[in-house]
Amino acid sequence: MTEIALTLLSAVLVNNFVLTKFLGICPFLGTSSKVETAVGMSFAVMFVMTLASTASWLVQQYVLIPLDLLYLQTIFFILIIASLVQFIEMMIHKTSPVLYQGLGIFLPLITTNCAVLGVAILNVQQDQTFLTSALFGAGAAMGFALVLILFAGLRERIEIAPAPIAFKGSPLALITAGMMSLAFMGFSGLVKI
Amino acid sequence: MPATLRNLAQRLGMMAHSFPGGVHPEQHKVSGATAIEVNALAPVHILPMKQHIGAPCSALVNIGDRVLRGQKIAKSEGYVSVPIHAPTSGRVVKIEEHPIAHPSGMGMPSIFIETDGDDAVDQTLEPISDWLNADPAILRERARMCGLAGLGGAVFPTFIKLVRDQRFPIETVILNGIECEPWLTSDHRLMTESATEILIGMRMIKHMVGATAGLIAIEDNKPKAIAAMREAVAAVNDLNDVRVVELPTRYPQGSEKQLIYTLTGREVPAGKLPMHVGIICQNVGTTKALYDAIALGEPLTERVVTVSGDALPRPANLLVRLGTPARLLFARQGLEDFTGLQIVHGGPMMGERLKGPDIPVVKSTNGLLALSANAMAAAHTVEQPCIRCGHCSEACPISLTPNLLADQCRSDQFDKAADYQLFDCIECGCCSYVCPSNIPLVHYFRYGKGQIALTRREQAFAEASRQRSESRDARIEREKAEKAARRSRVRQTHAPKPDTSKPETAKTDNATATNSSNTANTKPEEHS
Amino acid sequence: MTGLLYALASLGAFALLAGLVLAIAQKMFHVEGDPMVDKIDAMLPQTQCGQCGYPGCKPYATAIAGGEAEVNHCVPGGERTMLQIADLMGVEPKAVEEEAAAPRLAFVREDECIGCTLCIKACPVDAIIGAPKQYHTVIADHCTGCELCVEPCPVDCIDMVTKPELLEHWSWPLPDTRRSQLAHERREQHAGHA
Repeated sequence: MTEIALTLLSAVLVNNFVLTKFLGICPFLGTSSKVETAVGMSFAVMFVMTLASTASWLVQQYVLIPLDLLYLQTIFFILIIASLVQFIEMMIHKTSPVLYQGLGIFLPLITTNCAVLGVAILNVQQDQTFLTSALFGAGAAMGFALVLILFAGLRERIEIAPAPIAFKGSPLALITAGMMSLAFMGFSGLVKI
Repeated sequence: MPATLRNLAQRLGMMAHSFPGGVHPEQHKVSGATAIEVNALAPVHILPMKQHIGAPCSALVNIGDRVLRGQKIAKSEGYVSVPIHAPTSGRVVKIEEHPIAHPSGMGMPSIFIETDGDDAVDQTLEPISDWLNADPAILRERARMCGLAGLGGAVFPTFIKLVRDQRFPIETVILNGIECEPWLTSDHRLMTESATEILIGMRMIKHMVGATAGLIAIEDNKPKAIAAMREAVAAVNDLNDVRVVELPTRYPQGSEKQLIYTLTGREVPAGKLPMHVGIICQNVGTTKALYDAIALGEPLTERVVTVSGDALPRPANLLVRLGTPARLLFARQGLEDFTGLQIVHGGPMMGERLKGPDIPVVKSTNGLLALSANAMAAAHTVEQPCIRCGHCSEACPISLTPNLLADQCRSDQFDKAADYQLFDCIECGCCSYVCPSNIPLVHYFRYGKGQIALTRREQAFAEASRQRSESRDARIEREKAEKAARRSRVRQTHAPKPDTSKPETAKTDNATATNSSNTANTKPEEHS
Repeated sequence: MTGLLYALASLGAFALLAGLVLAIAQKMFHVEGDPMVDKIDAMLPQTQCGQCGYPGCKPYATAIAGGEAEVNHCVPGGERTMLQIADLMGVEPKAVEEEAAAPRLAFVREDECIGCTLCIKACPVDAIIGAPKQYHTVIADHCTGCELCVEPCPVDCIDMVTKPELLEHWSWPLPDTRRSQLAHERREQHAGHA
């Protein structure tokens, strides 16, 4: 039980993929200008990441290791992720056309979201069990969602603040991201074992 | 005490209810001890065609007509509207645009009545002395006919509120004698001097809406008014269900929803009316006017106006006929030169700042202030950046976040502002009052509200245009199809009998008809 | 050799499986038409003026949704409409080239009208009433000010007049403080740079 809790806590806060591992920065900056878009992106990534980490664990355990095909790991994982992304893209297009437009190019780009591949690879490297690998994937996705939505909220407020032109837009967004990253470093002392 | 703790204590009944926020501006009630004086008739009375919230009226009189005091001179157009009556007898000299107390500085078509000095009264309206046994619907119609609108300043047509609705039974009538705006004392004096009439007016309202309880709310800075009202209540033996409540002075205690919450602990939800929580709230001045309308048969032709301000030599409370030019009232109290002064219609917190004193007294005129540059100093300082001190949020009686709303309005993010409940803002001015950076917050909110209203109007117009355009396209398509169908039919009839010329003429006739008319005037069976 | 066979077989099988799942999903989530067209159409001012180069608002909306047209061609809609559409489409805003004139209305000088009905046919929103050989007149509340009726009139009896300003439609301007103006300027400059 403790292990499960710690895995989740570690993935969400302490080893946050965006702010401490610096993975998935591209959608983090790209889809955070509006909270609604960020929420949509978060759910898409949560779906893809959780499924990708479990599916890749299964493939790793029952295909790659028995057949001694570990050198095909990256190709297999990318294949899984790409099909999942395709799937969710169709789903969003059907259910929410506005979100589909809002996510734009970033939706298919979840395929190249390094955080998704990162989770899959870290999972197999760390010799996780099926359950912990699923939890790790879900936790990482939740961590991504957390910082993305927080960041989008911050950006919405910063957008309407009377900042100097030189700082408007991306510069202030990057500064804010850096400050959030510093803040998240504080979580490294969260659990003492 | 933190807001959450206070809220909890109030809910548990450990503390009296009180709305959040609010401010304590300097009172300046210099005319509080001055008795109401009757102002003389003006040579010309100017009556704008709209003196209430709602649709403007249309004139019933022509230039040259003689009118009597209390005669209806403009009739209401639409439901949310009340008629306008001549304030004195005289002759209609002109009907043209005249400046009114409006922030735009734009004028309003107005009827000019030249006073003949007789002050002859139109006596068509009978007093209803036995109002206690009268049908509430008749009394309600009387309130409408007499042009009653909320005299507290919002001028919402009074008769609309005086309704018995099975779905929303009214339990409590609240008389609003708070008068929380600085400088103003007209309600204060009215309660002190006409307590009995106000009390009868309140009993009329109770009878009309079928309420059982009555509360008369007065702030504790008006001890004389409280005493007078208590005396009036004590004088009537069977009035156990009417209470005079003394409330601590705080702005905006007099705002309807805030007052209802303080007195009963009931919150009127956003977008709802007090009747939805079983309450009706009336200003004391309106109540007095209702008494006049029912018991005396007098339409609304005069009201009490506080003429005050630090630039005015003799502040006073005047009983003024509607349509009296403000300039005359200032002159009566010793002010002739207006250079460098700010003239305010209403109170300093929510009133309109005017460019000059050339406006007539209307139903909403509870005060006319002449303030020196010194008194208005805060309004003219430079807007500084927001330092996020949060004072505005603490002062907001609706618990909004004014600084955020202002940022959103300033950056034209109106949808976001609406999400943050911009439309619940009552524009009381507490936030602007406390802002250490002198940000004109309320002004930003008004800008935002105006822009949202504009967008909604444009969208409605675009939607109507789109529908018309689509039905036009559909009609053109239909006409084309009909024409094609007719042509093919003509060809078919034409082919077997090439020698008859009859179908040929029919075809040309029909074609001309379709071309020259907007709607298809061919009968359906022709092309079936 | 067997290793290579395993690799090819497993990868091929896996790819086939993924392809099958996606094909089924494609059938399940098939989208009919383009729902974006209506959304964009709702943002356009519906003047049907044709200043965008398309025959009406709906065709222009279709063109934007199809990616064939830029978002900045609607002159009457101005910057606000452009920003809304750019926001919806997730593209960078582009400045509207032409400045929209103050809203105007068509007005028929009735004593000169010969009752030819040409303007009635030209009006895209049916805002002109009249019949052959009768005076025509413009319904002021319905006129979008598109000027399409001015050209066809053979006797030039249609004027474009400024819309009268109504007290009920007056709205507060931005506060006249330096900061509020500055904020607006900065935002515009920023939009221009982006």
